[in-house]
Amino acid sequence: MTSLSTVVLAASEHADVVPVAADGVFSWLWLVVAIPAVSAAILLIGDGAGDHGPLDRFGHLLGTLAAIASFVVGLVAFIALLGQDVAERAITHDLWTWMQVGGFDVTMSVYYDQLAALFVLLITGVGSLIHVYSIGYMADDPRKRRFFGFLNLFIAAMLVLVLAGDYLVLFLGWEGVGLASYLLIGFWQEKRSAAVAAKKAFVVNRVGDLGLALGIMLMFAQFGTTNIHDVGLNVANASQGVATALGLLLLLGACGKSAQVPLQSWLLDAMEGPTPVSALIHAATMVTAGVYLVVRSAAIYDLSEVARTAVVVVGAVTLLYGAWIGCAKDDIKKALAGSTMSQIGYMMLAAGLGPAGYAFAIFHLITHGFFKANMFLGAGSVMHGMNDDVDMRHYGALRTMMPVTFVTFAMGYLAIIGFPGFSGFFSKDKVIEAAFATNFWAGLAALVGAGVTAFYMTRVMIMTFFGEKRWREGVHPHESPKIMTVPLIVLAALSVGGGALLFSSWIVDWLAPVTGEEHHELPVPPIVITAIIVLVVAAGIALAYVLFGRRAIPDTAPQKVSVFTRAGRADLYGDAVNEALFMRPGQYLTRSLVYVDGSGIDGAVNGTAELVGDGARGLRRLQTGFVRTYAAEIFGGALVLVLALLAVNLA
Amino acid sequence: MSFPWLTILMVVPLVGAAVVAALPRSRPELAKWAALVVSLVSLAVSLGVLSQYDLDGAGYQLAEQHEWIAALGVHYAVGVDGIGLTLILMTTILVPIVIIAGWNDADGARWSVGTFFALMLALEGLVIGVFAATDVFLFYVLFEAALVPAYFLIGGYGGARRSYAALKFLMFSLAGGLLMLASVIGMWALSNSQGDPSFLLADMKDLSIGTVEGRWLFMGFFIAFAVKAPMVPLHTWLPDAASAATPGTSVLLVSVLDKLGTFGMIRFCLGLFPEASEWASPVVITLAVVSILYGALLAIGQDHLMRLIAFTSVSHFGFIVLGIFALTTQSASGATFYMFNHGLSTAALFLIAGFLIQRRGSARISDFGGVQKIAPITAGLFLIAGLASLSLPGLATFVGEFLVLAGTFTRSPTAAVFATLGIVLAALYILLMYQRTMTGPLRDDNRGVTDMVPREIVAIAPVVVLLIGFGLFPQPILDVINPAVSDTLDHVQIGDPEPQTPSFPTAEGSSK
Amino acid sequence: MNVEPFIGLSALLFTIGAVGVLVRRNAIIVFMCVELMLNACNLAFVTFARANGNLDGQIAAFFVMVVAAAEVVVGLAIIVSIYRTRRSASVDDASLLKL
Repeated sequence: MTSLSTVVLAASEHADVVPVAADGVFSWLWLVVAIPAVSAAILLIGDGAGDHGPLDRFGHLLGTLAAIASFVVGLVAFIALLGQDVAERAITHDLWTWMQVGGFDVTMSVYYDQLAALFVLLITGVGSLIHVYSIGYMADDPRKRRFFGFLNLFIAAMLVLVLAGDYLVLFLGWEGVGLASYLLIGFWQEKRSAAVAAKKAFVVNRVGDLGLALGIMLMFAQFGTTNIHDVGLNVANASQGVATALGLLLLLGACGKSAQVPLQSWLLDAMEGPTPVSALIHAATMVTAGVYLVVRSAAIYDLSEVARTAVVVVGAVTLLYGAWIGCAKDDIKKALAGSTMSQIGYMMLAAGLGPAGYAFAIFHLITHGFFKANMFLGAGSVMHGMNDDVDMRHYGALRTMMPVTFVTFAMGYLAIIGFPGFSGFFSKDKVIEAAFATNFWAGLAALVGAGVTAFYMTRVMIMTFFGEKRWREGVHPHESPKIMTVPLIVLAALSVGGGALLFSSWIVDWLAPVTGEEHHELPVPPIVITAIIVLVVAAGIALAYVLFGRRAIPDTAPQKVSVFTRAGRADLYGDAVNEALFMRPGQYLTRSLVYVDGSGIDGAVNGTAELVGDGARGLRRLQTGFVRTYAAEIFGGALVLVLALLAVNLA
Repeated sequence: MSFPWLTILMVVPLVGAAVVAALPRSRPELAKWAALVVSLVSLAVSLGVLSQYDLDGAGYQLAEQHEWIAALGVHYAVGVDGIGLTLILMTTILVPIVIIAGWNDADGARWSVGTFFALMLALEGLVIGVFAATDVFLFYVLFEAALVPAYFLIGGYGGARRSYAALKFLMFSLAGGLLMLASVIGMWALSNSQGDPSFLLADMKDLSIGTVEGRWLFMGFFIAFAVKAPMVPLHTWLPDAASAATPGTSVLLVSVLDKLGTFGMIRFCLGLFPEASEWASPVVITLAVVSILYGALLAIGQDHLMRLIAFTSVSHFGFIVLGIFALTTQSASGATFYMFNHGLSTAALFLIAGFLIQRRGSARISDFGGVQKIAPITAGLFLIAGLASLSLPGLATFVGEFLVLAGTFTRSPTAAVFATLGIVLAALYILLMYQRTMTGPLRDDNRGVTDMVPREIVAIAPVVVLLIGFGLFPQPILDVINPAVSDTLDHVQIGDPEPQTPSFPTAEGSSK
Repeated sequence: MNVEPFIGLSALLFTIGAVGVLVRRNAIIVFMCVELMLNACNLAFVTFARANGNLDGQIAAFFVMVVAAAEVVVGLAIIVSIYRTRRSASVDDASLLKL
């Protein structure tokens, strides 16, 4: 690990950034958020205005146009940012005071800098492509309008997240994307599994949000502000313990949103949502928000080695965990979801390396956004032609039937395994190099992960596009319409060419003012590492080819499999652990509390009432109804009175 | 003497109640329209009060004061500060909504339709009086008087176990009220021994109260308010009452009447007994956190829609009490704002659940399933109300809840950490309920459920608009609340904790 | 004046009346016994008025008489109506007040 002195040096660089007030095109940046938000509102409120109205016929076009308009604004702002002086590339724009009580002052502000600019382009760009694709994919869905409304809502919330100038505003976007994710996973609500998966995603995310929320509270208690920039400045004065606590709390939030171990369990179930959703939210953008959070909070992580180590460990574990699952799944979307977890693990690992890795985390995040969106949409295109069958054992030999899908998917495939020259090659190579430079074990995990990635992605490729036909009866695979293949082609091109961002290390220099910059010397020349990676990847491909390409794929999943496959199919028992540790005890606790409340606390109340009632029933026996008894009681009473008076007088 | 805004505001619904009750029984539609008009007039008057309220002014505004029982020092004295005004607005906003939503709830009841709406208006008038009273005796009288219409609303128009629920509600409230009466008398005795007796809040604040006496008197008030609030373990009347009453009554009960408890805590416990409040705060904070978690866990375990919502309120009241007794400006302002928002969000939940129950003929969650398919508007609004209940950022409840938590964190991080667990449980109880009622395949016995009719949408829509509007722009209301809260906390003489890390030298002004 | 014989007689009459109220079942006789007790009190009142030389006791005795007369009116009416409905003047039969 790096020595602390270099780290503190890097941290002080953040202090150099002085945000400037927005003017010109930047003062219109709020439109990036407002356009999709307004569109979402129109599409969703119009829901009740009767079926088959104009909104139903043209709603999807409105939604798509909103995303594209947002992209255009983002692009204009990006170009303007390129024209700014390096010192003036952090731009703030205060919109209104969200809440102010005493010293607690949260401003709805836009904070647009190099990091945010890249995210805005990724979100709106990939988002627009996926909107276009969805026009074809969701063409026959009766609730298409609502789908586009939710997608727009997601775009707006995700942009709030990356443009926020205050952690609490970031939290607004953070929960907003969670809501959009919930709504979209459960879009086909009549499927019970979809509804359950949606709820699970939200609840697991809330566990992560717990960390983020507590982190924000700790910031307020410590620094009296939750403004991201001010927290970054003030954290330098904080104690080690505070920095570590903040780092770990934010990491918990990041784990939830980015499906990192131990909060990974929701992502595989989230594949219940429509495939464009899986591509946009659960591959390209939302799940990378955790990485964004860590990089955005670089000032905090720079100060705490413990927190950074935790990030690296989480990243390394998840990258292997996800890859393992990816190897065992027959469901094409779940295989890709495992891969997403694994790739985000790479990003986390890189982000945990500190200034040496932040830029590469973002670089891999962007290239991953391209190629994973590409592959998910490709998978959607395959499913579209296969009557929504997701089992790869029912595919095979689709390369001739779906040439465009095949070629574009292959581009994504080559990118993700890190085939030299493709975008993933550069980004993954850089992450592994940085990992080796910092810590041997982190580097080794990343290296092994690269091999496994090559293995399972080759498996997906072979099972889907090569080998024998294993189609079910009545399935007639066909290429998808243009509206779906054009976005695929664009994304494929980006998957191939995304590596250009690293040209003369542009992205590193671009992000340096935000993330700091640091370079660790490798013990061996970088070319050696690169060669080793290529060899490991080749080994992964070869193994997959031997196992799946040379022999026929069984039509149904074989049951006699190694314990590793079994574990992978069961998501490494993540759900089982959750069930044993949380759900069952929780249900038991709830049930027993309901019992205690009913018979204990309320029982005490009702018991008191009954006690009074019983006493009254006992006393009632004195009322016999016989006049003479009453008379005797009166005389008895009078007698007692007289005797008492006498006793008092005599005494 | 200027225009008696507050008296008018109080009298309009009370007179309206008498008029509505006197309308002939044979014409229920007339009674409904009359009640709606009266409630809308009250809303208009309350907006008039708001327009007269000076944001920068100090203390109680629009005050009126007349001698009532000179010998005892009792006055008819009313006035509003930001806290009271916020809650009055909440009341006047909710009553028309409840009337519209409960338009047909009293049809077919044993008692007349007119009486139902008259009781609602009477409750509104009395509650407004409580929020405006600046005389302790007047407060006590109105506080107890408000029980009467509530009792008849539960007992006269509810479901199967309405008598049991009404009696339970009354007994709990009366028991608490008696303790408060003892404290009120104790306050009078103190006042009497230190010169001319006076029940005026302003005079009582200046009394010199010994530490021990102060703590006893504090407990009398606090227990009465804790029953009303309701805090664990004094909460068991609420689920019974909410499940037995009509949805509209439940709203008035939980959203409005229960706020008297938390309102009383901030105005009387903190205002009259600052020392005792600080002394008791560790215990109260613990109880509040227990309420948050206990209410949430019990909500998860319920199969009855109304009971579930009632338990979510137990949890939310925990947040409010936590905010009040954390004694920071953030938490107390947040708690007040949360009172307002909780009123709105719970109203929406109760009313929509009421629509569902009425159509399905069952309140059991397990009897529902797949309703979303045939009632999409109901499902959408139910989800928004639910999201407000789990305090999703962007909705008004989040602002209140986060302010409470952030303020509490500066005072007691442990309490804040445990309270924050409540947000995970909130997601569970709301989304489980939504999943079980709305999603999944449509069950055959649910086919009769129809979507909301325009009247019902008109009732719910303003609530949703307010929740979203105040979620993004809460500052107008916070500006009303803040001065009153800081006045109260100045009286307690305990400042906000300072940020623990010294500020970075150049941090000043760099963010703006 | 020696009041003891008068008071003794008064106490005797009162005791007779009280015992009669407690042990007899016939409503008329119980009623008579009540009158007897009242008159025993009257005797005591008048005796003490005479002994103390002022009129307070006598006035009280008049009040008692008025009350007794009123009581006779109401009481006898009740007894008669009970007798009409149940053909009995026994006080033990009229025990409907008990649950």
